[in-house]
Amino acid sequence: MVPDKEKSNEEASYGVPPVTMDEIKGKLESRKNGLENLAILDAYTKSQLTADMQNDHQKVLMREVKAEGKEKEQWLALRLKIEQQQQHYQTEETILYQKKTKPLAPKQTVIKNVFLAFVVGGAICTVGQIILNTFLANGLLEKEAGAATSAVLVFLGALFTGLGIYDELGKHAGAGSIVPITGFANSIASPALEFKREGFIYGVGARLFTVAGPVIVYGTFVSIIVGLIYFFVK
Amino acid sequence: MAQNKIGKQTLQLSSSPVLTSWGSVVGPKEGKGPLHDYFDYILKDNLDKGDKSWENTEQKIMQHSMELALEKEGMVSASLDYFLGGDLLNQITCANLTARFLGVPFLGIYGACSTLVEGLCLGSMFLDGGYADNVGVSASSHHDTAERQLRFPTEQGIQRPMTSQWTVTGAGSFILKRSGKGISIPQATLGKIKDLGVANSNDMGTAMAPAAHDTIKNHLQDLGRKTEDYDLIITGDLGMLGLNVLKTLLVEDGYSIDNIYDCGLLIFDPGQDTHSGGSGCGCSAVVLPYLLQQLWEKKYQRIFLVGTGALLSPTTAFQGESIPGIAHGVVLENH
Repeated sequence: MVPDKEKSNEEASYGVPPVTMDEIKGKLESRKNGLENLAILDAYTKSQLTADMQNDHQKVLMREVKAEGKEKEQWLALRLKIEQQQQHYQTEETILYQKKTKPLAPKQTVIKNVFLAFVVGGAICTVGQIILNTFLANGLLEKEAGAATSAVLVFLGALFTGLGIYDELGKHAGAGSIVPITGFANSIASPALEFKREGFIYGVGARLFTVAGPVIVYGTFVSIIVGLIYFFVK
Repeated sequence: MAQNKIGKQTLQLSSSPVLTSWGSVVGPKEGKGPLHDYFDYILKDNLDKGDKSWENTEQKIMQHSMELALEKEGMVSASLDYFLGGDLLNQITCANLTARFLGVPFLGIYGACSTLVEGLCLGSMFLDGGYADNVGVSASSHHDTAERQLRFPTEQGIQRPMTSQWTVTGAGSFILKRSGKGISIPQATLGKIKDLGVANSNDMGTAMAPAAHDTIKNHLQDLGRKTEDYDLIITGDLGMLGLNVLKTLLVEDGYSIDNIYDCGLLIFDPGQDTHSGGSGCGCSAVVLPYLLQQLWEKKYQRIFLVGTGALLSPTTAFQGESIPGIAHGVVLENH
């Protein structure tokens, strides 16, 4: 920001305010037009505009500090208005920049991703089904076989995470390897590996659920809500 | 008026401080990249032998790169007047721990991936101002330490978007001297923060491009130069997307863009599956020795190196803040 030279010399002593509320209000108004039409302003005008807002902000803040009672409130209100303008500027600039950069971004390979997610996710589920059938064929009851299958899949997910294979799989499969229960195992095992070096209390203990935590929290929460709905509807 | 300042942001370093020696250590993936012949030491594993943690390894590679740079020049660490260093970790811990071994006055610096160029700018100012004869500058990053701090655990099976970049495992150290044989730094340009609202930590290139654009533009304006006055204008780690954005912005201003490139695209081969290219403090820090070698062999006469940093904080990013970008540049010449 380039400070306004004449003004900044005057400002050296803060005693007498060289700026009035009306002046600031006037400048707030005068900036409105520019802020509405950022797209057509050139870089120089924009930098003037931001410097102007910043300089006013600084001046108003000092008045707010010095003032008492009701006047303080009024300066505060003005400062917030300037901050709103600064925020507006930032938001508008963001939108303009996004318009410019969006066409340049590489396209996500959606069809390939969906296909791989389908195949890998399906394969994991097929493995699960085979395990389930094996348990059933060997005499476990359906409920017990389901729990045993989950346990085996969780074990496999954790094992492949430990062997450094699961993240390679996830790179290609995306949701295909995140959604099945093996993905859940991966989300617990990977922080466990990662934070082992910070010790078992502050590392593994504290960080184990960094990724899975939100799933557990909101999974539990939703199950309670659904349970309540079921209870009342029934 | 400040005598050594040209225009708004550019420093005229009248005594032209000289980069006389440098050292680099990289991880195995970088060692398999196209620049493998230019690295001094290539680690066999991201966790070096005998190290307890990745952080441990990152600290060691920074220290080792500085030791190699010193040894090449026949210096010991005590002959440095100051050591400037930084990395990506919280509290720039690798630099702090490295400074413990060097035993000279130390300034820790943080400019995300612009750290190296920030250090070169500051070091050159120390030398040009007559405050030092020898300054050491280091920067490092490590893929695994950065990922676990800024994104996800490394074994997490996530799909990285196409815009994401791969943090380079590597450290580079440089010895700056008041005079001597080497590559000189006649000018440097310090950059402003530019933040155009990019909040996606997997799209750092787009976040940094406006800062790089601003610094390059101001540099050229301050010195009355054109892009053609350089054999190469090279950014630190904009990656493929960021570089495209930068070029678009420069074309809008009417600059020619034929000689603009990015370190993040040099360090990895497209086949290495890094998506948008390399990133991190280590990216420009280990590519720079290659560029210096090219200058030394007179393949290039004058390069403008622009270190680009996306000043990402996971805390404020989760709170919805965007990522401020910064870029500093140094002119590198061989005369």
